[in-house]
Amino acid sequence: MGSESDAGHFGPYGGRFVPEALTAALDELDEGFRSALADPAFLAELHRLERDYTGRPSPLTEAVRFGQEHCAGARVYLKREDLNHTGSHKINNVLGQALLTVRMGKKRVIAETGAGQHGVATATAAALLGLECVVYMGEEDTRRQALNVVRMRLLGATVVPVTAGSRTLKDAINEAMRDWVTSVDDTHYILGTVTGPSPFPDMVRTFQSVIGREAREQMLTTTGRLPDAVAACVGGGSNAMGIFTAFLDDADVQLWGFEAGGAGVSTGRHAARFAGGSPGVLHGARTYVMQDEWGQTVPSHSISAGLDYPGVGPQHAWLHDSGRAHYAAVDDDEAMRAFEALCRTEGIIPAIESAHALAGVMRLGRELGPDAAILVNLSGRGDKDVATAARWFGIAEAPDEAAEGR
Amino acid sequence: MTALHDAFRRADAEGRAALIGYLPAGFPTRDDSVRLIEAMVDEGVDIVEVGLPYSDPLMDGPVIQEAADTALQAGMTPAGVLDVVGRVASTGAATLVMSYWNPVERYGVDAFAEGLAKSGGCGVITPDLTPEEAGEWTRATDAHDIDRIFLVAPSSTDARLRTVASACTGFVYAASTMGVTGARASVSGAAESLVSRVRSVTDLPVAVGLGVSTGDQAAEIAEYADGVIVGSAFIRQVLDAASPAEAEERVRRLAAELAAGVRRRRK
Repeated sequence: MGSESDAGHFGPYGGRFVPEALTAALDELDEGFRSALADPAFLAELHRLERDYTGRPSPLTEAVRFGQEHCAGARVYLKREDLNHTGSHKINNVLGQALLTVRMGKKRVIAETGAGQHGVATATAAALLGLECVVYMGEEDTRRQALNVVRMRLLGATVVPVTAGSRTLKDAINEAMRDWVTSVDDTHYILGTVTGPSPFPDMVRTFQSVIGREAREQMLTTTGRLPDAVAACVGGGSNAMGIFTAFLDDADVQLWGFEAGGAGVSTGRHAARFAGGSPGVLHGARTYVMQDEWGQTVPSHSISAGLDYPGVGPQHAWLHDSGRAHYAAVDDDEAMRAFEALCRTEGIIPAIESAHALAGVMRLGRELGPDAAILVNLSGRGDKDVATAARWFGIAEAPDEAAEGR
Repeated sequence: MTALHDAFRRADAEGRAALIGYLPAGFPTRDDSVRLIEAMVDEGVDIVEVGLPYSDPLMDGPVIQEAADTALQAGMTPAGVLDVVGRVASTGAATLVMSYWNPVERYGVDAFAEGLAKSGGCGVITPDLTPEEAGEWTRATDAHDIDRIFLVAPSSTDARLRTVASACTGFVYAASTMGVTGARASVSGAAESLVSRVRSVTDLPVAVGLGVSTGDQAAEIAEYADGVIVGSAFIRQVLDAASPAEAEERVRRLAAELAAGVRRRRK
């Protein structure tokens, strides 16, 4: 069902397409990861941090009014990753990898970030564990997400604006890889999503799968049944794999991933890899990629910086091809309608990334009807998106961009 | 037996290392790239690496990134690269392509090997393809008599060296250092021990790249390696030139300096 990976592959996807210089480090990481998972002391420390630092388990909240008014009466359950320390699901993976860094005897971590959520989570874990931290961020994104740049610096991290290429997330990943090739002796690269060379897709999914384990249990306890559908937004795809994994073997549970349709898939200005991309190799993995006819990466577009990425995790590519999961695009406009709907019916401001999943839930509700139970991963909170939303809705007192970091 | 083997054999017969020069196709224009590569060959470069410009070159430093961006903005395509290869190969120089994997896969793995063979090219260096992922590539290159060159690095274990070297034909590309492409003041001491470790697992020639920019460095590496690879330093000459004529002059001067370097008498 795509949950098993054979030597880092998911069907034809995944693998390792990296300079040979990184092979030894990836082997070491793979071995370190497997041995950590078998070590009760490592797992106990991870669980302690999840409970006492992140605030897990995150609650499951039924969104009653949202379901009745916007989802054709379907019962909608929010998995509240927005309530985690640092404001999103990113911390789950970062704590696992940061503990692994210490275990491997490395002193320095590097990370890429787009919207800044993964960078903030990495800077947070580095401060907690006493690691040196350097975060690569496209220069364009450092302007769009100035608040998160300040956060990372407050936490003691060095933020390096990347001026190469399109100056966004994909270029930040290139630059982090270049750093890692040079510094791999004492440095671990905390990749933020379920892509990249093996073992990253496996490892990040493993650290995120706590989301689905908790949610499946909470659904059974609360409703006495499994949901009819599980929904999540998909950028690189770590929050989606985090919630999907526990349900992969539940054949009756539909899995839905919603990617960013940007200005509309037909305009070419989007981040819909399944709707508008094709199989290729990017950032160390074979997966669906937005590329031109010559294999050059095409820049992606989305109102949501966290979904604005031209590749996707290789396990998603396999779940797509095998038919176990379904993927659909939600454009900026539809996502922002869902954003507003959740604000007004539940008193919860979601991250714009998560609003794409909420828009998908509105569609699923109409399709599945009032008897359906739909579980959605509310992967992050919207504080970082206040200025973007204010501009979108034409709210007069839009906060200053530099101060609010959009 | 390809032109690549001949080039190494000829250099070896002269008691020296081969000089391998890199420039991206289409940098700064398609015709200029052909002219600059011909100038390199004219001044003593034995083997040419024609770079296929790629949007996400994660093993390259800023100099090659800039050149690749320039070439892509000017519209360079894989078909354009094969055209450049054909024109360069007609000078008689052994001509290779250096390409990240995705453009090759997108072009069609077998079609790329076939197209390269038809253009007169004789091998491909693949910096982000490892032997584990190279099944289809191995079949295609064998079918069209194209040499496969993979990289080894100072971090490669002895077991990896055996795996990679046995997947290579033509030569083994030894990355001199843990890092990306670009000129360095000195070439890491790791290179010499890496070359000797590679020699213990293969009879193929071993060439050293990453960071080489001067005749003295070329001479130093030529003491222990079969080939010396220079890329960013050639691009730097072009970037620093005020005119196409000056660019060619600078490339000639550097090629001549490096060619003299690999010809200094081995101790």
